[in-house]
Amino acid sequence: MSSIEFRKDLFADERDDNLNEIGKPKLRQDIEGHVRGRTAYYDDHLFDGLLHMRCVRSPHHHARVRSIDSAGAERMAGVRRVVRASDVPHNINTLLSLIGFGRDDEQLIADRKVAYKGEPVLAIIAETEAQARAACAAVRVDWEVLPHVLDVEEALTPGAPVVNEEYPNNCFDYAPYDHVKLRFGDVEAGFAQADRIVEATYEMSPIEQAPIETCGAIAAPETSGRYVCHTGTQALFFSLGTTAKLLDMPSSKLHFIGGTVGGGFGGKVDSLTEPMAVLGAVLTGKPVKFQWDREEEMQVGAPRGAERWIIKDGVMADGRIVARQFTGFFDAGAYTRLSSYAGTKGTGHLPGPYSIPNVASNVFCVYTNRTPATAMRGFGITGVDFAIECHMDRVAEAVGADPIHLRILNAYRDGDMKAHRRRAKNCALVECCQVAAGKAGWRVSPEDMAASSKTGTTADRQAIPETALDEDGRIGDRKAGRMPSARPAKGTKRLPAGTHGRDHKAVPVQRPDMQQLAERVGHRVAPERDAAPAASPTVPARAPDTPTPATAPSRPTAAPPATSSPPAEARPAAAPPQPMPQLQPAQPKPYEPDTPFRQGVRRPGVSRFLSGSRRR
Amino acid sequence: MAQTPVRFTLNGRETGLFVEEAANLLDVLRRGAGDISPKYGCGQGTCGACTVLIDGAPHLGCLTLAATVEGREVRTTGGMADGPGLTALQTAFMEGFAAQCGFCTPGMLMAAKALLDRNPQPTRDEVIEAISGNLCRCTGYEPIVDAILAASGQRGAA
Repeated sequence: MSSIEFRKDLFADERDDNLNEIGKPKLRQDIEGHVRGRTAYYDDHLFDGLLHMRCVRSPHHHARVRSIDSAGAERMAGVRRVVRASDVPHNINTLLSLIGFGRDDEQLIADRKVAYKGEPVLAIIAETEAQARAACAAVRVDWEVLPHVLDVEEALTPGAPVVNEEYPNNCFDYAPYDHVKLRFGDVEAGFAQADRIVEATYEMSPIEQAPIETCGAIAAPETSGRYVCHTGTQALFFSLGTTAKLLDMPSSKLHFIGGTVGGGFGGKVDSLTEPMAVLGAVLTGKPVKFQWDREEEMQVGAPRGAERWIIKDGVMADGRIVARQFTGFFDAGAYTRLSSYAGTKGTGHLPGPYSIPNVASNVFCVYTNRTPATAMRGFGITGVDFAIECHMDRVAEAVGADPIHLRILNAYRDGDMKAHRRRAKNCALVECCQVAAGKAGWRVSPEDMAASSKTGTTADRQAIPETALDEDGRIGDRKAGRMPSARPAKGTKRLPAGTHGRDHKAVPVQRPDMQQLAERVGHRVAPERDAAPAASPTVPARAPDTPTPATAPSRPTAAPPATSSPPAEARPAAAPPQPMPQLQPAQPKPYEPDTPFRQGVRRPGVSRFLSGSRRR
Repeated sequence: MAQTPVRFTLNGRETGLFVEEAANLLDVLRRGAGDISPKYGCGQGTCGACTVLIDGAPHLGCLTLAATVEGREVRTTGGMADGPGLTALQTAFMEGFAAQCGFCTPGMLMAAKALLDRNPQPTRDEVIEAISGNLCRCTGYEPIVDAILAASGQRGAA
């Protein structure tokens, strides 16, 4: 039976649509090119007079560059150009600066210090790849080797070497804390009430995506004054924006061609090869290829980052988990790349698909002298899911419960309140457990077979409990030795039950024509009202209502009742959708900007293409 | 660097090129002869993406000195189908979803063709053995093995 049939069987009343494509054989639109050997990957675009670029890379985990002697290499046969850090016009970036997240912390070519093995300090462009390789081998770098740190918890100790000078505390700043906090209920009270405490540590090593096509790009000057760049990137416009920023070049001068990727799995979003190839084309006026060989792909290519999770559960004798505490470490390697996002995404996944009344987690994005980590297939989720499910088995063993029973007992039911103060909906773990047990021939009790994700929620499971809050782990405290433990601290303040905590408000739209009608995009909008019961010191008072009530959809649909039992129906029917004042779509008018179009941000002394947080 | 003339047939056509002494067949086919179907995946003989047939036997283009194909017959995936039609093996790969990113496919097809030319009715184990030098990171191999068996007229053979 296919999974679609399972869905129709188990959730027959949910969707009556007959799927036209899913579950049915269909030819890929690009597959004929694949079997004919005609699909053109970036390296399949042939250029006359193509030059080849290769990098001189650090053999050390952590070292200062005293000097670089490339005189011998420059005189070697076929060498056309030596590319130094000073040739990069705006030699500092962080990948997520394009969406305003994090500070610039990484150079395209390092000039003073390297923080991981394989970091480039110089590049050489030559007529053949072999000549470029030989010239790189002839470059003499005078290294001052520095002490390095390769373990996340070691990196957080006060005496640890500073890996990344932009983040001297060796961890990403999730202002105002040095970690992502999640607090729901009071785990200490939960542990006190529990019959058993089960604690364990789980680790996952870095994993290289290892696509068969290595990362690379070919750039060439076009006759229009632009530079064309053929690339195997997974993120064409990320790569374009990153190139524009690093080379301080308007993006209109860049013609990026991509979309045909010889395997990526997350490893081709880092946009490291495109700026190098375009820089080479700018400096030589010739087509330049910058292609990693297999060794670079494995050593320098950013893997899925290592993770370490410490999970502590408080469990009742009957298998109900009443408290769960996480301490998580994402190993970012030397630079941020996408690991800061892994921290928030991983936190968003806690405590797994289970209704647990008391949850606390501290998640760190830590810098070490390892290869910078980046995206890979569900990064931020895979490691913690592995940890949670291993831990569920351990908890089952500790209380003598069947592991499938333990999961069905604790699984989210539709309508439950998650630790993120959102309602669980469209839950299916109970059904997954039933089907998996059936397939594996695992005996499941009749009560568990009769369980459903659609029933079983209670007033308690729907309520937001009183929550213990703490202010521990402000940025810099750890480096100063004021923070002995990474674990969630005992709460010092209380957030009243039924409160959502910080109240997020949609930013008012800047132009009326950007106003999205919530109903048109399918959001049900609850009437504006106060979510929090009057004054609580930690809940900022709501600003006066903006004149745009239709922007509310990013808020939870309705404040859940604090104590009183809600109606029996599992679907959060919330308040009946009130008719919103209908904003008539404006009559189409010709586009008339009141300010002339400008690219990027104008700030004195910085690149116009710098976006996001400005470097200090 | 010294250049040597080398003559061979590429997909049935007489081809003559000047190659550098140390040049490998993969570079010469791609840059010299303009046949982009063999791919560079590792340059170390590990991944099999550059697999071509030399006199009917599978060889790794990246580890073959171009000068050694003098007078021999080289076949690549680029020359598999002559005209608009496809071979049974190519059709089986298409219909069996045996390619996702497609980067290993040209090498995979050459390894499979070498097997089927030699042994038209292979067992599943023989298919697995024949493609054991070709790495694929997308499919998990099962659809590829199934497609090769399907092309040999043994759809669903165990």
